[in-house]
Amino acid sequence: MQALVIVGHGSHLNPGSSDPAFTHADTIRASGAFDEVREAFWKEEPSFREVLRTLESEEVFVVPLFISEGYFTEQVIPRELRLNEWDPEDWDSDGTDADHVTVQAKDVDKTVHYCGPVGTHDSMSDVIVERAKSITDDPDVGEGFGLAVVGHGTERNENSAKAIHYHADRIHDTGRFEEVKAVFMDEDPEVDDVTEFFDAEDIVVVPLFVADGFHTQEDIPEDMGLTDDYRTGYDVPTEVDGHRIWYSGAVGTEPLVADVILERADDAGADLADAIERVRQQIESDSATSAGD
Amino acid sequence: MSAADTIDDVEAALVEHAADGIDFDGLVVEPANGGYRWETPGEQLTVSEDLLRERAGDPYATNWYYWEHVVEGHDTPRRAFLRWLEGADDIDVPERYDELRGGHTSSWGELAVTAVLSEGGQRRYEVRHEDDLGEDVDAYTDPLEARHLVKHDDEGRYRPLSTAPSLPHGWAFVDLDGSDLVQTVDYVYPATVSNWHREREGELDVDHWSEVAGRQSGIYSIVEQLDDEALEWAAEACCVDSQCVKRREWDKSEDEELDVPRGDGEFPCREPCSLFIAAARKFTTLEREDTREYTFELTPAEKEQLEDIVDAVADGRVDEIREADVNEGANRYRARFLRAKRMDEHGLSGTPTYPEDHE
Ligand code: SF4
Repeated sequence: MQALVIVGHGSHLNPGSSDPAFTHADTIRASGAFDEVREAFWKEEPSFREVLRTLESEEVFVVPLFISEGYFTEQVIPRELRLNEWDPEDWDSDGTDADHVTVQAKDVDKTVHYCGPVGTHDSMSDVIVERAKSITDDPDVGEGFGLAVVGHGTERNENSAKAIHYHADRIHDTGRFEEVKAVFMDEDPEVDDVTEFFDAEDIVVVPLFVADGFHTQEDIPEDMGLTDDYRTGYDVPTEVDGHRIWYSGAVGTEPLVADVILERADDAGADLADAIERVRQQIESDSATSAGD
Repeated sequence: MSAADTIDDVEAALVEHAADGIDFDGLVVEPANGGYRWETPGEQLTVSEDLLRERAGDPYATNWYYWEHVVEGHDTPRRAFLRWLEGADDIDVPERYDELRGGHTSSWGELAVTAVLSEGGQRRYEVRHEDDLGEDVDAYTDPLEARHLVKHDDEGRYRPLSTAPSLPHGWAFVDLDGSDLVQTVDYVYPATVSNWHREREGELDVDHWSEVAGRQSGIYSIVEQLDDEALEWAAEACCVDSQCVKRREWDKSEDEELDVPRGDGEFPCREPCSLFIAAARKFTTLEREDTREYTFELTPAEKEQLEDIVDAVADGRVDEIREADVNEGANRYRARFLRAKRMDEHGLSGTPTYPEDHE
C-alpha cells in the first residue's frame, strides 16, 4: 500500500488556512492513485509528529504544501516527522531544486519518500499562469499584460525570494506576458509600488502563497491601493495609477496545485498510473463547468 | 450486500479455510475423521462438509468471517479499536451478538460510537456527539465531511485544538463500515486511535516537556526557559479535563512528574501539542517580568468582582452571564460600572502601569 501525506502550516487562529490542503487532498483521493491520503499540519492536527502512525501503508510520500525551501522544509518537517537520517544536503538544492529523498522515520516501520515543496516544483509556473487565466477569465491572457508574482520577502528564510524569482524568470522566458516581475511584501521591489514597475496597462498580480489569509486578503490589496479597507472589498480589475490590476489571491487555492503535488510524488517514484493525466482532465472539466456558470 | 450473499461468502470461506484449521474467538474448526471437528464453548461435534456449510449462519462462523475476512488488518489500531468497541476480547460471541443487536455504544472523548449487528454478522457503525444520542440530527455518510463539521463549535468559534471539549452538536455519521468509522473518528480526534493502541500494547512513546522544549527552534526555542512552577500552571491552564479530553501522559521529564491531574480521558496525550507550545511561549515571555508593588483603592466587593471576572473568563462562562444579572461580578453592566468608577487613562485606580514613564 502507498500513502500520500500533504503537510501544511495550518493555523491556531485562521480556520481557512488548512482549506487548500483539504481541497487538494480530496482531488487526489478521488483519483484513486493512493490507498490513503492524509493532511497533516504544523499548527493543526494530526500534527507532523503523529500523522505517520495513523497510516496503514508501508510506503509514504510526504509532500510539503509550502512555497519555499528552507526553515520548514529542511528543519521543522523532517525533525517533527522523525526522519533522523535526513540531511538537507541530500536534496542537493540551491534553494529551488529540491527533489526527494527516501528515508525511514524513527517511530514507524515505513519507508518515507520526503519530497521537495510544491512551491519550487517547475510545474508551479504553470499554476501561476493558470491563475492568471482564471482571474482574467481569458485562456489566452498574456498579450498586453504584465504579470507580478508576489512573495513574502526575506523573513528568516533566505530562499523565500528565490522561489518567487525562479517562477517569474521561467514565465518570463516563455514570452507569454509582455513583462514579468517578482515583487515582495517586505523587501524591494515592493508590492506597494507595483504599478511603477510595469509599462503594460493591465497587470495580473498573483501572490505565491499557499492559503488566503491576512497577507493576501488584507495587506496586499491595501498595499497596492486596491482598497483603503479590505473589509469593503475591491473590484477585479481595479484601476490604480492608470493601470488595471487583476489581483488573484493566493495561488495555492488554484485546483491545479493538486497536480503539482502528484508530480512531486511521481518524481519520488509513486505508482500513479495515469492519475496525473486524469486529475488534469478533471480540473479542466471542472473549470469549464464553473466558467459556464 | 444481502444477508444471503454474506452467508454464501461465509460458507465458501469456511470450507476453504477449514482444511488449514480455524481457531478464532472461541470457534475451532479443523479436519477430523474425514469430516471436520466443530467446536465452540457450547458444543463439540464432528460434521461432514455439507453440515459445515449449513453452519455458515452460526454466530461463531459469521463472527470469524467478519473479523478475519472483512476487517482483517491484524495488529492495526483500526482493528483493535473496532474489537474494543464491542468488547471482543472479553465477551463471548452469543452474548456480544445479543448486545450488538440493539446497538452497543462506547464513549470516545465527547463522541458516542455505536456498533450494530447487521445482516450475516456484519457490523455497521454510527458516531455522533454523546449529547445527541437519541436525537434527530443531520445524517452524514462520508467521513471527509467530519473535517469541516468539527472545525467550529456550536457558537461558530474556530476550534484550533481538536480535543477541546467543545465538539459541536447536531450531526451523526451513520451506516459506516469499520474503515469509514475509524476514518471519521480520526478526523474528529486525529491520531487518538493510533496512540491509544500503542498505549494498550505498552508501546506509547511519550515525549516529556524537557525533550519537546529542547527540540523547539525559531521563535519557540525560548520555551525551554519556562520554570517548573510555571509549567505546572500552564498544564493546569491547558491540559485538564475541562480544557482537553486527552489524558496527559507527559510530565516535566521521565522522573519529574507534574502535580496537575492527568485527566480521565480514554486516549493519551503523548507530548505537548502545538497549541500548548504556542501558549508556553507567551507564558515564558510574561514570566520574564518581575513583580512590582502597586497601590489601589478597592472596596471589598470590587476586589471580589475582579476575582469573579477572572473566574468567568478562565471558566469560559462569560457568554452565560445574563444581561440583567447584576448579582454576577462578571456581568457587563457591573464591569462597565467598575471601569467608569476605577479606571482612567492610567488604568486601574489611576495608577500607571509604568509610573517612571509619568514622572
Ligand atoms: S498538550 Fe495534550 S493534554 Fe495538553 S492541551 Fe495539548 S493535547 Fe491536550
